[in-house]
Amino acid sequence: MAQETLMGDEAIAYAAVHAGLSGAFAYPGTPSTEIMETLQELAAKIPQDSPNRFVAQWCTNEKTAYESALGASFAGRRAMVSMKHVGLNVAMDPFVNSGLVNINGGLVVVVADDPGMHSSQDEQDSRLLADFARIPCFEPATQQEAYDMTYEAFDYSEKHHCPVLIRITTRLAHSRSIVDIRDQKSQNLIKKPEGMDWILMPAVARRRWKEVIARQSMLSEESNAVKWNLLSKGSKALGVITTGLALQYYKENLADYRAAKGSDPMHLHIGFFPMPTELIRSLYETCDEILVIEDGYPYVEHLLRGIVPGKPVHGKEDGTIPYDGELNADIVRKALGLLENKGLMVKNISLVGRPPQLCQGCPHADSYTALKEALKGYMLYAVTSDIGCYTLGALPPYSAIETTVDMGASVGMARGAAEVGLEPVVAVIGDSTFYHSGLTNLLDAVSHKTNMKVLILDNSTTGMTGAQPTILPSSQLEPILKGCGIDPAHIRILRAHKMDNEKNVAVIKEELAYRGPSVIVMVRECLEALKKARKA
Amino acid sequence: MKYDIVLCGVGGQGGISVSVVIARAAMAEGLRVKQSEVHGMSQRGGEVLAHLRLGTEEPASPIIPRGSASLILSFEPLEGLRYLPWLSAEQGTMISAVTPIKNIPNYPDIDSVLAEINALPRKVLVDADALAREAGNVRAANIVLVGVASRFLPLKEENLKNAIRELFARKGEALVDINLKAFEYGRNYNS
Repeated sequence: MAQETLMGDEAIAYAAVHAGLSGAFAYPGTPSTEIMETLQELAAKIPQDSPNRFVAQWCTNEKTAYESALGASFAGRRAMVSMKHVGLNVAMDPFVNSGLVNINGGLVVVVADDPGMHSSQDEQDSRLLADFARIPCFEPATQQEAYDMTYEAFDYSEKHHCPVLIRITTRLAHSRSIVDIRDQKSQNLIKKPEGMDWILMPAVARRRWKEVIARQSMLSEESNAVKWNLLSKGSKALGVITTGLALQYYKENLADYRAAKGSDPMHLHIGFFPMPTELIRSLYETCDEILVIEDGYPYVEHLLRGIVPGKPVHGKEDGTIPYDGELNADIVRKALGLLENKGLMVKNISLVGRPPQLCQGCPHADSYTALKEALKGYMLYAVTSDIGCYTLGALPPYSAIETTVDMGASVGMARGAAEVGLEPVVAVIGDSTFYHSGLTNLLDAVSHKTNMKVLILDNSTTGMTGAQPTILPSSQLEPILKGCGIDPAHIRILRAHKMDNEKNVAVIKEELAYRGPSVIVMVRECLEALKKARKA
Repeated sequence: MKYDIVLCGVGGQGGISVSVVIARAAMAEGLRVKQSEVHGMSQRGGEVLAHLRLGTEEPASPIIPRGSASLILSFEPLEGLRYLPWLSAEQGTMISAVTPIKNIPNYPDIDSVLAEINALPRKVLVDADALAREAGNVRAANIVLVGVASRFLPLKEENLKNAIRELFARKGEALVDINLKAFEYGRNYNS
C-alpha cells in the first residue's frame, strides 16, 4: 500500500480525489485553506485527457462555494466544499437546507474548527451544527482517520442521500503523520435525480423533513455499530469518553495512568455522530464516574449531564477541563488525576510576547498612516474594520481600527452607525473580504445614500491565509463599484505607498467632507503574494 | 524509543524546512513521525512553533507534553526560552542561535537572555548566521542548527544530509552545496 506524510488538510484532499471527486469549492480560511491548495496541486498534475480530472476552485465566499458543490451533487457527481468554522455561518442557508434535499452525488462538507482561536474570532463547534441540520458528522482522531473517513464519507453520503460533515480542528489540520493511501476510484457519470426532492417548496419540504427526522433516528441507531465508535472494557471506577483528536491526548497518558492506578478506565471513543446513545448508556450504567474529553464545546458531556442529578460527570462544565481554549495532553493528564509533568522554567527575564504584525513595507501600513492623518481634527469619528491582515491595524503603532466582527461587517456596521448619526464613519476592508461579504452592504449604502466612506485595501490577494488570488483582479473592482451605483466622482483610486502619503491624505480628507457614500481604493500588491509569485 | 523536538523562532526563519529535513531523515530510518506546525495569523512576524515527535511507535498526541522534549531547536534566543517548560529537566538540550530578532519594542536585555540559556544544564549557543555566511548564504542558518542538532539526534548523519539534498535539489546544485556545508559547520561547531 502506498504511503504519504500528510497534514490533516492534505489527507482530506487526497482522500477526496481518490474517492472520485469531480468538483471541489472553497473560500480560504485558517485552518482549512490547505485542503483547496492541495486539491489544486493534485489537479494540476492530472493529464488533460485523463478521466480523473476534477475541478478545484476558490469561490467568492463559503455560501457560493457550498451552492456550487450542491449543484455538482445534483448533477450526480461527487463534490466537496471546505471552509473554516465561521465560514459555515456564511453558508448556513444552503447547509441546513441541503440536509432536506435528496443528495445525489456524494456531498462532503469539511469544516475546520479552531479551538484556542489561533486565527479566528470564535470557538464555535461544528458538531452542533451538523446536529442542527440533522446530518451525520465524522470527527477524525488522526491524519489516517481524516483520510479514511473522507474516502468513505462519499459512499455514506450517497447511501443515505444526505450531506456528510467532517469536523476537524486546527491541530489535526496542521499536523502531519504517515497515511496509507487507497485505490483511485473512477468518477460518477452525470445522472440527474428523479422526482421532486430537490424542490423545497413547502409541500415537498414538509415531506422531506419527516424523512430527514426518520433518517436521523436510523443513523442514531447505526451509530452504535459503526467502526468509528468503539467501546472498550476497563475498570468500572472510571469511564472515559473521548471524541476525535481528544483520543490522542488520552492515549498519550494511558501508560502512566495504568502504572498509577493499576488498570485502564472503561473507554468509549466517538468518531461518528449522531451520538451512539446505546454505547454511551452502557458506559454510564457500568461506571461509577464519567470523564468526557472533547476539543470544542462540551457537546457529549452536556447531553450526558442532563438536568436531573445522576452519577458524577466530569469535563468542561464542572471545571475538570478548561471550558475555553484548545485541549492538549497536559490538560487531559490533569483531568485523569495524574501528576503534572514539569519542564524547566525561565528564572531572570520576562518572556514578553511577540504578537503578529504587518510585514515590513506592507501597503496596509501606508494606508493606515494616511487614514489616521486624514482623521486628525475630527473630535468624533469611527473606523470599523474587518477580517484579514489589516486587522493587525488594531495594534500599535497604528491603533487605527475600532471593530472586527465578521466578514463584511465593517461596511454594514459603518452604515448603521452613520444612519443613526455617528459621522464621519470609515469602513476599512480588504478586497477579498469586500467581494466575500462587503458588496451587499455597499448596495444598502447606495440605496439609502448613507454618509459613509469605505476604504478598500486592494492588494489583489487573500493575504492572511497565504496569498490566494482574489476572486477578481484589481482591474475589475472599479467597474463593480460603478455598477453598484457609487457616484464615479466619489470612487477614488490611490496607490497605497508612503511616497504618495500627502496626496492620499488630501483625497481621504475630501471624501470625509463629502456627505454621501464614497469608496476609496488603496492599491498595492501584497508583499507575501509577490514573494510567492517569485518562488513559483 | 521516543524523541520529541520543539522547533521555534520568528515567522520567516525557515523553521518548516528544518522540520521537514529531520522528519524525512527519521522516516528513512523507519521511525514513525508526527509533526505539528502553526499557520495563519501568527506567521506574520510573530512567534513560530513546530513540534516534531519521533518514535519507534507512532506518537499519540500531535503536540509535545510539557517536560518531555529532548531538544529545543531555536532560531532565536528569546523564543527558545519561551518553550523551556516543554524541555525535559532530566535530559533535555537547548540549541539556540544567538542573534536576537528585535521586532518588538520591549525585547529584554540580550545579555540576560543569553545568560539564561547559558545557565541551563545542557545547551549549545551558536552564531548560526555567521557560520551560514561562511558557508555561502546567511539564509542557511537554519541548516547550521540542524548540523549542531545532528550531534544529539538519534539519526544517522548521512540520512540528514540526504534529506537536505532532497529538500534543496530543485533549487540547484549550488544551494545544495551551501546547505551541506552549513550542516558541516554546525556539526563541527564547538561551543
